[in-house]
Amino acid sequence: MSEASLTAAPTTEVQPKPPANSIFRHARYVVAENPVTGLSFGLFVIIALCALIGPYIAPYDPLASDTSATLQSPSLHHWFGTDLLGRDIFSRVLVATRLDFVIAVASVALVLVMGGLAGIAAGFFGGWTDRIVGRISDTIMAFPLFVLAMGIVAALGNTVTNIVIATAIINFPLYVRVARAEANVRRDAGFVQAARLSGNSDFRIVMVHILPNIMPIMMVQISLTMGYAILNAAGLSFIGLGVKPPTPEWGIMVAEGATNIISGEWWIAFFPGGALMIAVFCFNLLGDGLRDLVDPQRRT
Amino acid sequence: MKRRDFLKSVSGIAAGAMVPAPAIWSSARADARSETLLVVTEGGPNNLDIHGVGTNRPGYEASWNCYDRLISHETKTLPDGTLSYDRDKFKPELAEDMNLGDMSVTFRLKKKAKFHDGTPVTANDVKWSLDRSVSVGGFPTVQMKAGSLESKDQFVVVDDNTVRIDFAKKDRLTIPDLAVIVPGIYNSALLKSKATEKDPWALDYTKSNTAGSGAYKVTSWKPGVEVVYERHDDWVGGKMPQLKKVIWRTIPSQGNRRALMERGDADISFDLSSKDTSEMKKEGKLVIISNPIGNGMYSVELNVKSPPFDNAKVRRAVAYALPYQKIMDAAMFGLANPLFGGASNTVTDIAWPAKTGYVNDMAKAKALMAESGVSGIDTTVSFDLGAGDICEPIAVLVQESLGQIGIKTAINKVPGANWRSEMAKKSMPLMVNFFSGWLDYPEYFFFWCYSGQNAIFNTPSYVNPDMDALIDGARAAAAVGDKEKYSRNVEGFISKAYDEVPRIPLFQPFLNVATQKNISGYVYWFHRQLDYRSIVKA
Amino acid sequence: MLTIVKRLVTVIPTLIGVVIVTFLLTRVLPGDPAVYFAGPAATPQSIAEIRKTLGLDRPLPDQFAHYVNDLAHGNFGNSLSTGRPVATEITSRLPASAELTLLGLFLAIVIAVPLGIFAAVKQGSLIDHLCRIVATAGVSLPVFFTGLLLVYIFYFKLGWSPAPIGRLDAFATAPPDITGFYLIDSLVTGNFETFRASLSQLILPAATLAIFSLAPITRMTRASMLAVLSSEFIRTARASGLDDRTVILTYGFRNAMLPVVTTLGMVFSFLLGANVLVEKVFAWPGIGSYAVEALLQSDFAPVQGFVLTMAVLYVALNLLIDMLYSVIDPRVRLEA
Repeated sequence: MSEASLTAAPTTEVQPKPPANSIFRHARYVVAENPVTGLSFGLFVIIALCALIGPYIAPYDPLASDTSATLQSPSLHHWFGTDLLGRDIFSRVLVATRLDFVIAVASVALVLVMGGLAGIAAGFFGGWTDRIVGRISDTIMAFPLFVLAMGIVAALGNTVTNIVIATAIINFPLYVRVARAEANVRRDAGFVQAARLSGNSDFRIVMVHILPNIMPIMMVQISLTMGYAILNAAGLSFIGLGVKPPTPEWGIMVAEGATNIISGEWWIAFFPGGALMIAVFCFNLLGDGLRDLVDPQRRT
Repeated sequence: MKRRDFLKSVSGIAAGAMVPAPAIWSSARADARSETLLVVTEGGPNNLDIHGVGTNRPGYEASWNCYDRLISHETKTLPDGTLSYDRDKFKPELAEDMNLGDMSVTFRLKKKAKFHDGTPVTANDVKWSLDRSVSVGGFPTVQMKAGSLESKDQFVVVDDNTVRIDFAKKDRLTIPDLAVIVPGIYNSALLKSKATEKDPWALDYTKSNTAGSGAYKVTSWKPGVEVVYERHDDWVGGKMPQLKKVIWRTIPSQGNRRALMERGDADISFDLSSKDTSEMKKEGKLVIISNPIGNGMYSVELNVKSPPFDNAKVRRAVAYALPYQKIMDAAMFGLANPLFGGASNTVTDIAWPAKTGYVNDMAKAKALMAESGVSGIDTTVSFDLGAGDICEPIAVLVQESLGQIGIKTAINKVPGANWRSEMAKKSMPLMVNFFSGWLDYPEYFFFWCYSGQNAIFNTPSYVNPDMDALIDGARAAAAVGDKEKYSRNVEGFISKAYDEVPRIPLFQPFLNVATQKNISGYVYWFHRQLDYRSIVKA
Repeated sequence: MLTIVKRLVTVIPTLIGVVIVTFLLTRVLPGDPAVYFAGPAATPQSIAEIRKTLGLDRPLPDQFAHYVNDLAHGNFGNSLSTGRPVATEITSRLPASAELTLLGLFLAIVIAVPLGIFAAVKQGSLIDHLCRIVATAGVSLPVFFTGLLLVYIFYFKLGWSPAPIGRLDAFATAPPDITGFYLIDSLVTGNFETFRASLSQLILPAATLAIFSLAPITRMTRASMLAVLSSEFIRTARASGLDDRTVILTYGFRNAMLPVVTTLGMVFSFLLGANVLVEKVFAWPGIGSYAVEALLQSDFAPVQGFVLTMAVLYVALNLLIDMLYSVIDPRVRLEA
């Protein structure tokens, strides 16, 4: 293959074993070839772990204020320092992992279902379905996306649910496009025709045959959207349309701490900002890794 | 390393690296700079005329500096050396003298007074302007009404240079009301030429043009960006200001405003947050001036119309549950006057704002809750996002403390522009709110916030005929100068308000300003906006 | 020509959709402008009066019909908070945002494209990974945070950059309004002082936008280059003995440009949205900050005007890109 001949980096896995468990073998190959991807996989596991057990291992109550200990710089007592109300930033960052993870995952799940199914329907059925979905998608894309998110949250109220809904809506066109393209390609594929001949209903074909086949491609997009969802929430918080206080969420902590950079209290924004950055970074690189795993031809 | 040391070491380096003036300026501009003032604030005006529909507070600043009034206040020096307006001493501004009659007051105008376009100011202009203020409706008309100035008939042109204002009734607030921003004097000839059938008062024109006789005129306004003023060299309202040009820039980011000040790129940063104020005070690089806001307080307000806060015991329980000192420290960094922990809820003098007798006493709070018979309360505490700096920490602490006495609260941030609407609806059960009255008299505060007219500022929707009797009694007494009756009624309504506590006073906030070391002449005004006329740049 | 007309026709339903959605969205915003403008101490009567003057008491379809009628006459309505016609405000503020976005995009391209080419050529090496990490890092921070960080470092600490006070320092004068782009206008009138001043004010916000858009452009360039470099004609070119430089730039890059140009279009429209945050941080008098202020004040007209303008710009941009396609790649022209 031409790609193999131009690939400069040597692989570390050189044993030509029989392809026993091909997915894992392939995964290990990809991870080994690209250590950055391996790093991001590991990071993802850590983040998921934090999201799961964070609230249980946080040293302080993330909501407990202590006005005698406000704005303390990082110390042994408070690893990440304290904020304006004396709350322990380390605990808050840790506990916020769960909320941000939930925002990311929920947004993605929602847009996957909405956009993925709409796109598949458009690509598979064509005709009016295609046109209508296309129009809706174009209309959404014509809006400056962040302003649309702002508008939706402002109109519906700033709760986590609405932030998730807004993020899903503005990512809708992207998923529609990818799903549509994939469904289109597979519409007249052999296995689909065979399924049709066997008497499967359209619905069954879509759900059982097409959806699982396009999932790998969508996986890539999913990880990017996860990162974007968190950044979106942060941007909304900066405007004042983010989650409600005193909920710990990385975005709102960064937004609140950002004004304190000039006065020297760098830790208020630095640690949540760092956590946010690491998470988004991890998700982005994860996307790359998944892409390499699933479809090496589309490697970027 | 302590934050302070970190900051010192870092600012030392910054100071060393600082260049006195940015290199892009030529020397010619440097001269112009010494006669120009650069003011930075978070927001700018949405209308240059206070009579306009929905003019915001920065708009008041433009009106104050560009339009004259018949009279103004003298300046006094406070104990800490800073300057403030003197509530009780008036001085002529556009008028040359003031003759107080029994049921009227006559003003003779200064003969040399000229508008910005050079035409002389006459009594007709004064009448037209005063007519305008009581006719445009909205806030200006209501403000005029507060001083019993309601009808055009009250304003009489005696001759070209003399105006008489007839009183509808005796009201102590009439004269002070003539010195507030609203009754400014407009160039009626110019505005009549700009008026249309739909817009007889030329509100459209004055929205973006100043047509006054004040010390400054607006030469350029880019909404949301900057306002540029130039001095009116024929001003007769007072001592000619030193500054020829004032540039007022809108910089939304608080951190950037602070950076600008600390690097010397702006002259005045107005209305600072308490946090910045306390930190900048310690650093000592700039002059920081703080003044308590007259007739003003932050309070926790409870809607007495509907359960559970219609129960006085619940309200008192809340009053004992609040962590007052914590709130002042967290929200104001100590830059406020406490309004809690006084001797008792029954006050014995007319000083206002006054301390309540409430303190943070959880045991008492819990006992009162038990007595009240109400339990399991689930409510919302709302606040104005525009004042989020201060209100958010308060809301969080309120939530925390009320949780301990069995009241669950969710926090509701209301965007600034919607706050008024929410207040008008009168449906918020629990709020953190601020009110300050221009006319620094207790009966004025109570008129707006506690009386039966149930104005928008009476957010608790507190209506009580006994309270109204006390308020009216105080106003009547003030009108005729009956000091004894006045004190009795004032002490009465304050004590009643604190006992029934629909509103729990927290503290009296400070208005904070930062200026470069070469700026002096800042005067605190009741309208809490910046007066450029007294500012001097060395 | 016919293709352009055809494209325009397909665009119309989109624009209609945008108009309807914006209208509905702004009507659903909380807050009652009537109360806001009735001012303090408003009575229910004065509020009702103001509501009538603002036309807010009419039924929704009625208001919509009025709105569309106004639009047809080029009347975008008046901003309630500044009282000025929205159309004038948008036209006066658009150049500020456009200048910033274009400069940001330019910076991003100048850095990202060489980076992408470099990463593609040295695929799999340390440099490749480094490029990926740097590009991804830029897009992993919220854009307002990057902006504030830059202000802190380059203005506050180092003093290299001028005060984040808007397009021009308070004491400098703006160049005459020809295009509205300060850089162009000052150069055209020979005013180099103003050119330097406006450029120095532009650098930090443009850099913030650029950092944010590095990743997609780098990735796309790299991917595209990789795909092209592995194709047969490149193999032939190499085999023919052409030097590396010619192969990569003249043959490789030219062919790889197409997807990059598409990405640029996407990135540009994405930046138009990210603009609002950057404008807030740098006190930039653009339409982004205009729309945000209006949105938070439940001021409908500016938000509608802003969204419509952006939608039209986006559509025009896509059209431009399509035309650019046919210039770059003759095959596309033939297909069309």
